[in-house]
Amino acid sequence: MEINKFLKTTVAAAAVSAFAGMASADDVEVLHWWTAGGEAAALGVLKDDLASQGVGWQDMPIAGGGGSDAMTVLRARVVAGDAPTAAQMLGFDIKDWAGSTGNLANLNSVAEAEGWDAVVPAALQDFSKHDGNWIAAPVNVHSTNWVWVNKAALDAAGGKAPTSWEELITVLDAMKANGITPLAHGGQAWQDATIFDAVVLGLGADFYKAAFIDMDEDALGGDMMVEAFNRMAVLRSYVDDNFSGRDWNLASAMVIEGTAGMQMMGDWAKGEFLKAGKTPGEDFVCIRFPGTQGLVTFNSDQFVMFDQGEASDSQMAMASAVMSPAFQSAFNVVKGSVPARTDVPNDAFDDCGKKGMADFAEANAGGGLYGSMAHGHANPAAVKNAIYDVVTAHFNGEYDATEAAEEMVNAVLDAQ
Amino acid sequence: MKFLIQRWIPRLVLAPSFLLVVLFVYGFILYTGYLSMTDSKMLPSYGWVGFENYSRLFGLRHWNTAVTNLAIFGILYIGISSALGLFLAILLDQKIRAEGFIRPIYLYPMALSFIVTGTAWKWFLDPGIGIENTMHAWGWASFHFDWIKNRDYAIYTVVMAAVWQSSGFVMAMFLAGLRGVDNEIIKAAQIDGASGVTIYRRIIIPMMRPVFLSAFVVLAHLAIKAYDLVIALTGGGPGRATELPATFMYSYTFTRNQMGVGASSAIIMLIMIFSIIVPYVYSELKSGDQQ
Repeated sequence: MEINKFLKTTVAAAAVSAFAGMASADDVEVLHWWTAGGEAAALGVLKDDLASQGVGWQDMPIAGGGGSDAMTVLRARVVAGDAPTAAQMLGFDIKDWAGSTGNLANLNSVAEAEGWDAVVPAALQDFSKHDGNWIAAPVNVHSTNWVWVNKAALDAAGGKAPTSWEELITVLDAMKANGITPLAHGGQAWQDATIFDAVVLGLGADFYKAAFIDMDEDALGGDMMVEAFNRMAVLRSYVDDNFSGRDWNLASAMVIEGTAGMQMMGDWAKGEFLKAGKTPGEDFVCIRFPGTQGLVTFNSDQFVMFDQGEASDSQMAMASAVMSPAFQSAFNVVKGSVPARTDVPNDAFDDCGKKGMADFAEANAGGGLYGSMAHGHANPAAVKNAIYDVVTAHFNGEYDATEAAEEMVNAVLDAQ
Repeated sequence: MKFLIQRWIPRLVLAPSFLLVVLFVYGFILYTGYLSMTDSKMLPSYGWVGFENYSRLFGLRHWNTAVTNLAIFGILYIGISSALGLFLAILLDQKIRAEGFIRPIYLYPMALSFIVTGTAWKWFLDPGIGIENTMHAWGWASFHFDWIKNRDYAIYTVVMAAVWQSSGFVMAMFLAGLRGVDNEIIKAAQIDGASGVTIYRRIIIPMMRPVFLSAFVVLAHLAIKAYDLVIALTGGGPGRATELPATFMYSYTFTRNQMGVGASSAIIMLIMIFSIIVPYVYSELKSGDQQ
């Protein structure tokens, strides 16, 4: 009797687990690094959407901003022949993966059915496509040439948001005279490079493209580059002494509290201001880095699908859900970025978000949309890090501007 | 039959772990050596390039910084830890009261991981929240200590944290050595009229030679593989001022997609370790033969 009952439960359990095993064949296993509260919640929207279509979600979060830890895990999984269904990736990582493994799923059928070609800007498609085939679904577009200014500090410093390099210096000087740290900055290589991105872009979109995207030697070592490094040294003089090693969100906190005037950082910084209960336009002002209005340097998170035989139905469902305007809006409102497709209504976004979407559309229409060097969308990781080395060494006083420009040429050539 | 079992059982029992060690330690050392001669970028690939990665490695300013830092860090860390450890051990060896209480206090830092040490020292040394700030709050406004933010001095803060962590352990090694010294020798020296300082300088410290050697080997390999301490304390900064070969190896292999160069730097580190360990093992084996 007892044994009989035991057998029955065991058989039932086995049947259930076999069923679960069958169901999990249609699950998607997603590797990502969106573990922070807001991001994780935004991802929940996608999860629920897929659940309503009967596609389960196996979460595989690897914490660590920028995703370098996630990429290490992904490498190990792929080398072991156990690739996840989908993985979050950035910029040239996608190109490197597509170029080196080739085992990515082809999303053309869903892309054609939903008309992705028409709504995703060409600069983004450059990363989402490999050999003309869609291999990734872009989730968002961050732009990096933002400046976040404390409104009260700006009012005390004249009240006019700077639109040119000279005006920026005037405002920074006034803030310094008012006894606050003019520029909140964290001394980490990628943060130095984020400012450098904007400084170079401020010297001209052609120069940015020649130096970072075409990696032209004359641009990398020329007078314009020396001028860019000179401007970095000027900005360095407005940073407090204790900046090195500081995390970006602590620098944001300085602006929020008003101990610092402004921060030059991508649009993810907005989340910190909103979390602190600040309102765009009232407590803080978002402007493009002076001299880069109409231009956008972007980085874009994308979900890359790994090939699982014929691209499976669940992968197609996930790609389609990622690209749905409802998800793009819901996710990006929380994330601080703008949707990767240009036809999403901006009703749900705040003032900075609306400005971001308008700028993005303007840059796209005017050909001013460039991948961000600092965030791996202008050149491969090896080159990016070689540029980081030079920028951060100069920012910390190891080179003067002329030496830095010379070193830039050598570093980029070595890394190719 | 019994003889056969006695002969084969130990081999059978050892075989799995032996195989695992051969595969996962020595196998992967060989694999890394092979990768260092290939054009591997993001994933391993097998295009043979010979010693190109090594020549690139030694042309990199970044690698030169890392090696210079290792030299500064290694020499100071080993030197100061040994000297301080010996000094503490001699003091503790003076038959003082409550030795059993004091000894573990010096030894406990070794129980922490380098990540904890690094994070704690990062806070101590940070001018905004650490010692400097505290001194200012206590009224010593001219106190100035910002080495961790200064690219010329940051590597010395790494030495400080590492010495703090390891000198207690070195002390324990020396204390064991000191306790092993034969009392008869010391008594004989005392009868001959040697002072306390002379006994230590001329008799006891020279007898500590094997302990110095052991301490050197332990500290040297800790220095060469130092990674977590730097990551937690300075993150390799300011700029790239405190990069060490281990942090270099990780970043080139895993984040910069230059696996070939990363593998060649790993092999150079292995050679450094070997050049320390092999003479040590050799001398140990030789003295073992004599017994």
